[in-house]
Amino acid sequence: MHIVVCIKQVPDSAQIRVHPVTNTIMRQGVPTIINPYDLFALEAALQLRDAHGGTVTMLCMGPPMAEDSLRKALTFGADRAVLLTDRYFAGSDTLATSFALAAAVAKIGETFGPVDMVFTGKQTIDGDTAQVGPGIAKRLGLNQLTYVSRITAVDQKTREITVERRAEGGVQVLKTALPVLVTMLEGTNEIRRGSLADALRAARAEVTTWNAADAGITDLLKCGLRGSPTVVKKVFAPSARAEKAAMIETEGKNGAAMADALIAAILDRNPALDADLRRLSAGF
Amino acid sequence: MSDAPRQAPAAAGRAGMKKELPEHFKAYKHVWVFIEYEHGAIHPVSLELLGEGRKLADKLQVELAGVLIGGDAAELGEAAKACFEHGADLVYRVADPLLTHYRNEPYTKTLTDLVNTFKPEIVLLGATTLGRDLAGSVATTLLTGLTADCTELAIDDERSLAATRPTFGGSLLCTIHTLNFRPQMATVRPRVMAMPEAVPGRDGRIIDHALDMAEIDIVTKVLQFIPDRDTNKAQLAYADVVVAGGLGLKSPENFQLIKDLAAVLGAEYGGSRPLVQKGWITADRQIGQTGKTIRPKLYIAAGISGAIQHRVGVEGADMIVAINTDPKAPIFDFAHVGIVANAVELLPVLTAAFRRRLSVHRLAS
Ligand SMILES: Cc1cc2nc3c(=O)[nH]c(=O)nc-3n(C[C@H](O)[C@H](O)[C@H](O)COP(=O)(O)OP(=O)(O)OC[C@H]3O[C@@H](n4cnc5c(N)ncnc54)[C@H](O)[C@@H]3O)c2cc1C
Ligand SMILES: Nc1ncnc2c1ncn2[C@@H]1O[C@H](COP(=O)(O)O)[C@@H](O)[C@H]1O
Repeated sequence: MHIVVCIKQVPDSAQIRVHPVTNTIMRQGVPTIINPYDLFALEAALQLRDAHGGTVTMLCMGPPMAEDSLRKALTFGADRAVLLTDRYFAGSDTLATSFALAAAVAKIGETFGPVDMVFTGKQTIDGDTAQVGPGIAKRLGLNQLTYVSRITAVDQKTREITVERRAEGGVQVLKTALPVLVTMLEGTNEIRRGSLADALRAARAEVTTWNAADAGITDLLKCGLRGSPTVVKKVFAPSARAEKAAMIETEGKNGAAMADALIAAILDRNPALDADLRRLSAGF
Repeated sequence: MSDAPRQAPAAAGRAGMKKELPEHFKAYKHVWVFIEYEHGAIHPVSLELLGEGRKLADKLQVELAGVLIGGDAAELGEAAKACFEHGADLVYRVADPLLTHYRNEPYTKTLTDLVNTFKPEIVLLGATTLGRDLAGSVATTLLTGLTADCTELAIDDERSLAATRPTFGGSLLCTIHTLNFRPQMATVRPRVMAMPEAVPGRDGRIIDHALDMAEIDIVTKVLQFIPDRDTNKAQLAYADVVVAGGLGLKSPENFQLIKDLAAVLGAEYGGSRPLVQKGWITADRQIGQTGKTIRPKLYIAAGISGAIQHRVGVEGADMIVAINTDPKAPIFDFAHVGIVANAVELLPVLTAAFRRRLSVHRLAS
């Protein structure tokens, strides 16, 4: 079985700061990580490979330094890594991203053998749209399984797969045919600690690097900014409410007095809350 | 928010439009809301979107349509009534046994066929697991733009949908447009928009459309649906009073103070995202852009800084009360009542004061 896992390199969001004056994101010095959601996809793919045999190919679109993330993924035991990098991809929205990634998956199939499954994370922590997975599936005509919490069975002979999928108000048990695209739900597994052998192999491994032409992309109008129907027109800081918050005076008050003043301010603003709180606190 | 008056003058046709819409897209008119109808019920997010869609349609001076897809025409007819009462002028109904349970393939085909036939300029969907699964496929099939998880929708001077969502990292919002493609698509999470008032007896037209597909064309089968046993999950989003804590509480033990106050108030409790990442609370208790959006009558936030991703999840609250040691914390920019105080010390006293007050009332009543 040949499985492709799409991973994205993202800035560690916990360490991002916004410039207080210019309102721009200060990325300098912010460490990059593998999008945390993608590790659940990677682990699910590795488990399938271990159970059924085959190979796992990692695919990442990004700047040349994204190679670090691919190398890191190799230490967990992935077999191969492909970096898709070209300045034509800059500024891609989800439609343009899924176009480029779909083309690369097709090329991976031609180059390294037919692809049975594509995995993506549920979403990225920077783009945060959860759209790239469905986009890739649609472009490649793959059966789409999103928000998968468990892969219950894969039958290589009949080429059927059964999964549990998180739906609204419950779990759907779905059966479909390979090839499929799976977006994996978070918290469904835990990424393994790679072996020492994998770490050594990853350090020496070659990361296949493709530009647009290498990936068989000829229509550059579908890439990057030009291939993106959505346009960011404005980036801005949220404004404070016109009416300032009523601040409770704390000077010279002990805790009990502060609490009383706070409750008074709340009920002063909305006297009807008193009845609501009485009803709720009594358990209705 | 686009608080456009119902009879707003047409804003279109203004000179200086930056990009001319290609000729073949000019026929695209009207605002659509995909109505999520499953297990005999409409998902509340779809009605919330009808309320928002109504404002957009009025501003554009076009009609608002609901798209209802499912297995049984009579059942969908009943559901259509709720759509009319919540603002829809018409409903496109596609009833076919193949559509009884949500599956990506037939639903994507149905919605893309409808769009290609009736040409809406805006299509809105709930950002639920169903809505996101469907929206991404439909937008890719139509090769148009899709903006996910919007917190605000408006129509700009050039008749274009201005979809605002939080952007990467700290505290910024961005407004996204789909300039030369139609339809313009967006998803919005449950509870972000207010539920519109229903107008009993408000009526509309139903337009039936057939699905051109046979079961044999559909590869994916639904073997089973296992309903959630724990309905608690929904309660936080719909609670009247919510108490939440953030990193300012300093330790998981101190989080108990939040639960204590919530218990006395009969409230639900939740927290900021870092608490989920640290394992202090479970993911279904996270409040904010990537957690639950809430619209309670009273929201008390203790030791939460008020980053944009948190703010967009609570802005619909009638009253926001903030307890924070830092007078410059962003949460005071959108709270209604604030106190600069140490939450670890104030919470127990506040809980005691509320308990006294509420038990006195209980004796009196
Ligand atoms: C894509 C993305 C999605 C996100 N989604 C969400 C989301 O859904 N929900 C969410 O909450 N966050 C989300 N975040 C994270 C968000 O940006 C903030 O990092 C987070 O909300 C901060 O949590 P906090 O306020 O608890 O912690 P901090 O920002 O560390 O704030 C702690 C606050 O406590 C105050 N404090 C300290 N000690 C005390 C004390 N003793 N008493 C009272 N106050 C005290 C401090 O002054 C400070 O204001 C997201 C981020 C990204 C990048
Ligand atoms: N540039 C990229 N390179 C590789 N995979 C990506 C890229 N962008 C998105 N993905 C995949 O698509 C998923 C959803 O991303 P998003 O739609 O941005 O939330 C991610 O979890 C990744 O698996």
